[in-house]
Amino acid sequence: MSGQHSSAAEQTVFDVAVVGAGPAGLGAAAAAARAGVRVVLIDAGHQLGGQYWRHPDESTTDPTRLAGYRDWGEFLALRERILRHCQTGAAVHLASTHVWFVEPPAAGGGRQSWTLHLMPGGPPSRETPPRTVCAERLILCPGAYDRQLPIPGWDLPGVMAAGGVQALLKGHHTLSGRRAVVAGTGPFLLPVAQQLARHGVDVLAVCEANGLARWMRHMPVVARTPAKVSEAATYARSLARARIPYRTATVLTRVDPDASGTQVGAVELARVGPGGLVEKARQRLEVDLVALGWGFTPSLELINAVGAQTRIDADQSLVAVVDDDQQSTVPGVFIAGEATGVGGAMLALAGGELAGIVAAEAGHLERARVRALRREIGRLRAFAAAMHDAHPVPARWPQWLTAETLVCRCEEVAYATLGNAITELGANDARTLKLLTRCAMGWCQGHVCGYASASLAAGGQGRALTADDLRPLAKQFPCAPVPLAHLAGE
Amino acid sequence: MQAPGSNGRSAAAPRGADVVVIGAGAVGAACAYFLASKGFAVHVLERGGVAAGSSSAGEGNVLVSDKVAGYELDLALYSRATWSEELAEYADRWEFEAKGGLVVAASAAAGRALLELAAGQRQRGVDARDVDPVAIGDFEPHIRAGLAAAVHYPQDAQVQPMLLTANLLKLARERGALVSTGANVVGFDLRPEAGGRRVVGVRTSQGTVSCGHVVNAGGPWAGAIAAMAGVELPIMPRRGFVLVTEPLPPTINHKVYAGEYVASTQSENLGLEVSAVVEGTQSGTVLIGSSREHVGFEAAMSLPALRAIANAAVALFPRLAGARVLRSYAGFRPYSPDHLPVIGSDARVAGLWHAGGHEGAGIGLSVGTGKLISQALAGEVTDIDLEPFSPARFAAAASASA
Ligand SMILES: Cc1cc2nc3c(=O)[nH]c(=O)nc-3n(C[C@H](O)[C@H](O)[C@H](O)COP(=O)(O)OP(=O)(O)OC[C@H]3O[C@@H](n4cnc5c(N)ncnc54)[C@H](O)[C@@H]3O)c2cc1C
Repeated sequence: MSGQHSSAAEQTVFDVAVVGAGPAGLGAAAAAARAGVRVVLIDAGHQLGGQYWRHPDESTTDPTRLAGYRDWGEFLALRERILRHCQTGAAVHLASTHVWFVEPPAAGGGRQSWTLHLMPGGPPSRETPPRTVCAERLILCPGAYDRQLPIPGWDLPGVMAAGGVQALLKGHHTLSGRRAVVAGTGPFLLPVAQQLARHGVDVLAVCEANGLARWMRHMPVVARTPAKVSEAATYARSLARARIPYRTATVLTRVDPDASGTQVGAVELARVGPGGLVEKARQRLEVDLVALGWGFTPSLELINAVGAQTRIDADQSLVAVVDDDQQSTVPGVFIAGEATGVGGAMLALAGGELAGIVAAEAGHLERARVRALRREIGRLRAFAAAMHDAHPVPARWPQWLTAETLVCRCEEVAYATLGNAITELGANDARTLKLLTRCAMGWCQGHVCGYASASLAAGGQGRALTADDLRPLAKQFPCAPVPLAHLAGE
Repeated sequence: MQAPGSNGRSAAAPRGADVVVIGAGAVGAACAYFLASKGFAVHVLERGGVAAGSSSAGEGNVLVSDKVAGYELDLALYSRATWSEELAEYADRWEFEAKGGLVVAASAAAGRALLELAAGQRQRGVDARDVDPVAIGDFEPHIRAGLAAAVHYPQDAQVQPMLLTANLLKLARERGALVSTGANVVGFDLRPEAGGRRVVGVRTSQGTVSCGHVVNAGGPWAGAIAAMAGVELPIMPRRGFVLVTEPLPPTINHKVYAGEYVASTQSENLGLEVSAVVEGTQSGTVLIGSSREHVGFEAAMSLPALRAIANAAVALFPRLAGARVLRSYAGFRPYSPDHLPVIGSDARVAGLWHAGGHEGAGIGLSVGTGKLISQALAGEVTDIDLEPFSPARFAAAASASA
């Protein structure tokens, strides 16, 4: 270590370290700081907000252009509180910083705190950024990324994950595309279509793989979350106003290139019939942008790094097990937000705040608030469960694959290669399939193809996807890419 | 895509076999292939999936360069010939590539030791070519400057261990072998006979398989399997980590390693040995091994080991300093106390054979081992004398020291 500027953050043992500055992390940091403990908030982004409150560079953007962001007032208030704690020195925000390794407290005596090993990612600053921070307790709020399914032609430029489209719109207000189709499943397709339309993109259709009938059986739960209902109504109105057709039980089965052969030109639409059977394609739409959203996959790198237990959730995502204090199975480690089950920003915020209060050991002082938060979490979780039940990934999705469809784009592994590994080489679990084909071993480390390859491995044995199928695809080390020299300790 | 011969078949009622092979790692798969080729009815029992153990957790180096003149080197040369002669037609299935190895030394003393080692290896039949230090850059343009000596080993090669294991099992199945995954071996059926006991069956989580012979190819768990038959086999796990970088433009041409880093890192980290073995892969990622530690089956990532590996790699290839590590994996080498594998029948239990303890070379040595086991089981004279690899040597050593 250089030793010139060994930063102050490096020498402090914080009471609480919060990783992730989306709704869950902000809620957690604000609550813990208010309870009077020392907090360090670490996030890869250069501004607070995470995915949900991603916004253009504040130093160069007219603030009035941000006012229309969802729940923006909530964000501003949280940020205000956190910045105030940063000014008094009670909290420290490390922006543009990746946690690449989590070192547990020494077993039996010795150092009793967690050590987070950091990788600064932003532009070089005058101060030497800390290489590590120590904290007694951790609150992990790593969020989630788009879940994707392969489809023939999805490697063409112009095919994007729905969340990726939204991130571009939120973060830069730009997009290259004039005629779009939004497809997949779940309510998240609606805001993406709405935002595209707002930016002047002609959205030809929103294709929802499921029917809406399944929502009927969840009416009691829906009735308890009126905010969600009015949100859906708002989207429905704005889609109607923009004359965007909303097609249920409809999927994209193929993406074709345009005349140049280098970019999206058209998509094929097909109905999902009884028993989830994908029918023959019926319609073509000429588009230059395809946004695909199949729900979200929680980021589990940090959760695996601390060794917290995981389980499979209703939406077939691997998530962390937490108790009703957001406490994981590892003592001293709290987890909030999508990593405990995909459920949206308000659920994440509530879980984060609860984790912040309990991690700051202030639960007994804020009994009423804790109770209220638990109720809120229960209500929103029930809604999320209803949503997952109403919007499953179509069971027969592999039907639309062809032998050549790349399941893993990084390593260019085709569907036929996976099939061969399963039938000829005895790959009857996801780990073996991955190691035999290199599927999910490239740049994205399975973020893009992990769910698909796990579900193909399970399907190859004719059984439903389990946590054991997903676990080998969730990695542990490093939690973020780290240059060799940094790892070496230079 | 129902898989034949995997779960589907493993659920079938257990039946008899001439030979049961325990463990579907590289060694077990090679034994199964060569035994089936000789006409034995073979049944492979594996508690996990294909190559669930060490064979999926290492690199695929097939080296002659890292073995000092002796029995292990003889086995390595025998195995190397098996790869490129008898198994040549399958080379593409497991991505066999004779890319050659380059061993380098930084200090004058280490350089002298390296050239001496190479001279001994040459006498035993290794193609080892001393490289003029000024010409090292012609082999590896990005290697650090100022190295004292280097030796080029054209025979050093590599395979993809998973594809190797899965394809050997496929070839074995085509020759009539049965492969059961998810079959955990929990004990043996032993029958008393004149002068001791004989194994007549293997008990598994899926039922009992009766058999005439058992080959224990349990990798680092071989000791536990031997214990089920009531015999001691001193094979222990020795942990190793490997780092994998992001895909890079071609940076490294050979398998490159420096012997002396072993010594230099040993002093700093008690019980931890690290030597940088660096190689580029076809997909552009660079594999960087590896560490050696006796920590039982503890798989948690250990920062000191990972740091030491990174240090050694950057020292050898300064250009790798900025390369980002994408992932890392841990594995357990089957370690045998005298660094020689255990290959042959166990005199204490009739019908019990061992094929294991290859430590950091079990992929490279797998096919030679399998071939020798098949010859011994068929009662033939083996191509290499198995005496030095006999399990009996541990008992002899113990009674000598007692
Ligand atoms: C980091 C690292 C790098 C390495 N690099 C290389 C290299 O470059 N080149 C090389 O040649 N070697 C290398 N090795 C060593 C090599 O991986 C091993 O020597 C080799 O894999 C051993 O093969 P095996 O078949 O004996 O054992 P394994 O592959 O471990 O197979 C044993 C099998 O037995 C099964 N089993 C165990 N108990 C039972 C039971 N009770 N019932 C049923 N099944 C059971 C296990 O599940 C396992 O699949 C490396 C090892 C490590 C850790």
